[in-house]
Order: sequence, then C-alpha cells, then structure tokens
Amino acid sequence: MPDTARPRESWGTRVGVILAVTGSAVGLGNFLRFPGKAAQYEGGAFMVPYFIALFLLGLPIALAEWSLGRYGGSKGYNSVPGIFRAVWNSRAASYLGGIGLLIPVIIYMYYVYIEAWCLGYAYKFAVGEMALGSDPAAYSNFFSTFIGDSEDGAALTSATQSLSGFLTSSLGLLLICFALNFFLIYRGLKKGIEWFCKWAMPALIVCAVVVLIRVLTLGTPNPDLPDRNLLNGLGHMWNPGGAGGKTFWQALLNAEMWLEAAGQIFFSLSVGFGIVLCYSSYLKPDDDIALSSVTASAGNEFCEVALGGLIAIPAAFIFLGPKGAGGSTFGLGFITLPNVFAAMPAGRWIGALFFFLLFLAAVTSSLSMLQPAIALLEEGLGLGRKASVAFLGFITAIGAGFVFYFSKDVMALDTMDFWVGTVCIYVLAMIEVILFAWVMGIEKGFAELTRGAEIKIPRFVMYIIKYVSPTYLLIIFGVWIYQMATAQEGNKFSTLAENPIAQLSVGLMLTTLVLFLFLIAQSNKRWDAQEARAAALEGETP
Amino acid sequence: MTTGGWVIMLLSVGFVTGLLAWCITKVVTTPGSTDHLRTTPSEIDTGDASSSDNR
Repeated sequence: MPDTARPRESWGTRVGVILAVTGSAVGLGNFLRFPGKAAQYEGGAFMVPYFIALFLLGLPIALAEWSLGRYGGSKGYNSVPGIFRAVWNSRAASYLGGIGLLIPVIIYMYYVYIEAWCLGYAYKFAVGEMALGSDPAAYSNFFSTFIGDSEDGAALTSATQSLSGFLTSSLGLLLICFALNFFLIYRGLKKGIEWFCKWAMPALIVCAVVVLIRVLTLGTPNPDLPDRNLLNGLGHMWNPGGAGGKTFWQALLNAEMWLEAAGQIFFSLSVGFGIVLCYSSYLKPDDDIALSSVTASAGNEFCEVALGGLIAIPAAFIFLGPKGAGGSTFGLGFITLPNVFAAMPAGRWIGALFFFLLFLAAVTSSLSMLQPAIALLEEGLGLGRKASVAFLGFITAIGAGFVFYFSKDVMALDTMDFWVGTVCIYVLAMIEVILFAWVMGIEKGFAELTRGAEIKIPRFVMYIIKYVSPTYLLIIFGVWIYQMATAQEGNKFSTLAENPIAQLSVGLMLTTLVLFLFLIAQSNKRWDAQEARAAALEGETP
Repeated sequence: MTTGGWVIMLLSVGFVTGLLAWCITKVVTTPGSTDHLRTTPSEIDTGDASSSDNR
C-alpha cells in the first residue's frame, strides 16, 4: 500500500471529473474518423452496429474501468500498475499494468504533433493563409510540405529556414503545444487538467455548434450544380446503404461494417487507454461512478454523432460532390475540409473555428495521456511533481522529436499508432475486462460498481462484461489482425520487416516499455516495504 | 435524403442528445451529489518541498 503521508491529489468538482473524462475521449476521431467511416460503410445503416457496439462493448468496458480505478484509488493507488496490483493482489499484475503506462505515453508522443497541426491550421485560416484556390492538389501539397512527409527531416529543414516563420512552422507549433501540455500537467489535477477541461469543453461545443449552423445553412451554394445541396449532403452521410444504393437490410449484411463500427466505438470512448483507470482512482470510495461514466460516454457520443455526424461529410459533399466527401482521418481533415472551407462563404473564419475546436479536443485528450505516468512516478518512486514532470517531459520530448524528424510517409507516427495506439489498446482492454469480471468476480465487481451509484445498473450488465464484451473484443481483434496480416496494401507486418524507420519506431516503443517495467520494479520494492511497515504497525496495535 | 435517412439521422441525433440531456439533468439535480467528491485541499502540491525519503 502506498504511503499516505503526502496529501493526495483530487478532483475539485464532479462536473470537472466528467468533463475531464469526456475531454479525454473527444478528439479528432469524433469529428473526422466517425463521419469518414459512416460515409464509407453504408451510411445510416452504420449506426445499427455502432449503437449495438456501444451497449455491448463501449459502455460495459467503461463501467469496468471506472470501477477498477476507484477500487485501486480506495487502496491508495493512482497508477495503472498499482491499481492492477491492488485488484489482483500480486506483483505480477503490476507488470501487466506497464502496458497502461506505455499506451498513453507513446500516443502522446505523436498526438501532440497532430495537435500542433490543428493549431497551425487554425492560425493559418485566421490570418488568411489557407486561401489556396479550388484545386485539391494545392491543399494536398500544402499539408505535405507542412508536415514534411516527402523525406525524413523535411519539416525540420523548412522550420529553420527563416526565423520569422519558425513559430508557425510545424516545429514551432509542436514546441508551443508541448509547453502548454506540460504547464497544465505541472499545475496538477485540479488546477491544470480540470481547470482547462472546464472551459475548453464548453468552448469546443460552442465552436462546433457555430460551424454546424454554418453548414446547415449552406443550402445550394452553386446554382450550376443543384444536386450539391444540403439535403443531398446529409443523405450522403445518413441514407441507409450510403452511396452504393443498397437497401437497409442489404447494407446490414456488410460484415466489414460491423467490424469498423465496433472499432469506432472502442476508440471513440477511449476505453483501454489506461486513462479512465487513473482518473477514477482520484475519486472517493463511495463516489458515484455509474452516472458519471454514462454521462462522460454520452458527452462523447453527442460530440461524435450530433456534431461530428452533421459537419464534415455534408459540407464536403456540397462543395466537392460525392467523390470528394470521404477519406481517411488526415485526408478528410487536413486536405478535403480546408478545400471546402476555402470555397465556403465566411469559410476563413469557419475554418479557423473548426481547427481551433480540433485543437481544443486534442489538448484535452493529450493532457489525460500524461497523468498515468505522472501518477506512477509520484506514488511509486516518491518523486515530487516538478521532478516527475521533468522526467516525463524528457522522455516524451525524445519520442515527439523522433516522430517529428522521421516524417517521411508519416512512418514513425503510423507505426506507433498501429502497434501501441491500436494493438496494445485491444490487449489492455482485454486485461481490464478479465481483471474486473473474472479476477474481481461478478459479485464483488457488481458491489463495487453500484456502491454510491446514482442510477440503477441492471445486474445483467455484469454478465455482458464477463462473457459478451471479451468475446466481442476477441472477434474484432482477431478479424482485424487477420485483415492487417493479409492486406495487399499498407500491410504493417511486412512494413515492419522491410522498413528501417518502422523497426526503429518499434525499438523506441520497446525501450520505453523496458524503462517502465524497471520503474514498476522499483515501485514494487517501495510498495512492499510500505506494506510490511503497515503490517508491522498493525501487529503492534493492541 | 431518403425517408430512411431522415429516420436514422433523427433517431441517432435525438438519442445521443436526449441521453446527454438526461444525464446532465441527473447530475445537476441529484441532491448532495457533489458532496461525494474529495474535500481535501488540492492546492498545487509539487511535493518538492518535502523529501521523498520521509515517505
């Protein structure tokens, strides 16, 4: 049991906790990945497997995470290794928790760079630098130059060409975002993370509503192309069967759509990241977690479906037609939409607002990625806040610099996103479900989940967590790995075998994992000593 | 936009908006719900002032 002599950090208000967890979940995926996937996979029919996955996978795992976290917190632990140790009552479990440190820290290394792109685009729209005409190639070239994906080190070369342009280069913006994150994390849970989320989340929603109103009032901007109107744009996103002309029932037979919808829910709610475990550990043992977790999930779903689902694809359809309305997250966000905003009335300001909201969403997410490692450094090694922040800053600066420099074809970013940002997340989610439903067990788990609950949680939810969610997870993960391993294009396994930068990226991730395992070993020694001391004191007490 | 598209859009957007509104109402109106939160002072505690060896 960790020492309790030092006052523990805590949340200030309940709304603050909910906004912090919602902020952690809301990111680029809500506004770019979700609409892109829905439009690609059968339009409105996508929502059927999407909501089924929400109730069978997303919400149950979220409830398990909140319960495990609060349970660990009640035993005095805030880090994932500590929480796992408390749940399983073994040192081995704490090493499994190393993955819960690796995931947020590695994701932070590349996510902070994407955050810098959003800030850069918001600034460039605001000052009128994004008026690049109607040729889509101009936006593609701009993005390519901005992030330097033509060759390794290209972004560094362009950033250091002129002193005046340094601050608005991708490197200058990366440094600004990095400093902002560490400033806020240094201020602590309440005065850093909670304070920022309490104003950033409402601001994000206001920005999104303004952009949404603009999109919904576009009508038919080009009378020469009457088919490119708002209703057809909404239809491209929401008609069951999508652009393929399938019926609703035919569309539901698309197995790949079920896989993608489940994956979207899984990543959108940020389950399996280790972040909610850490955040909920700062609650009191009798604090409500049932209503808080459902509220945080509902906030994320609102941003995704009600805001994200009505902005990107309809706007892209109206200005670029059915062929232009879609694409990958980066393609839709940083190439297609800038082209759309440039053609839109008042698009300069709408574009600035849209990328600013993406920036806010990214900051609220990246902030949450630092707290789990900070928690281990503080409680496991006994470091002070300043030392913990400096230590983590050093590690993540190396990683972010690596991602920034090895920018050719965004190889470093892509490799990290695949192996840690996807594979490891599935693994951690599976570990969490097993710990909650199988190690802790249905009876104890249900008692933990419902203690202090302000809404009634049906008992059958425990059976979903125990049987349905892990089966669902295994199927998605198995099929996804099979698809990745047999893919002709973009096969990550063959890329790893052939590409030295991909190998170097995996080496960086493994080195980070080894470092965390070493820190966990040190923490275990400290926790063992504290437990022995506590047991001795208990023995002395008459 | 087909009828099916309208139905799915309105049901999806309405459901998530309604769920969020219900949750916010429950959070705001539950008596004393914020009392559950920790009441310990959470000033910025860098921990640097005290030696870690003391713990």
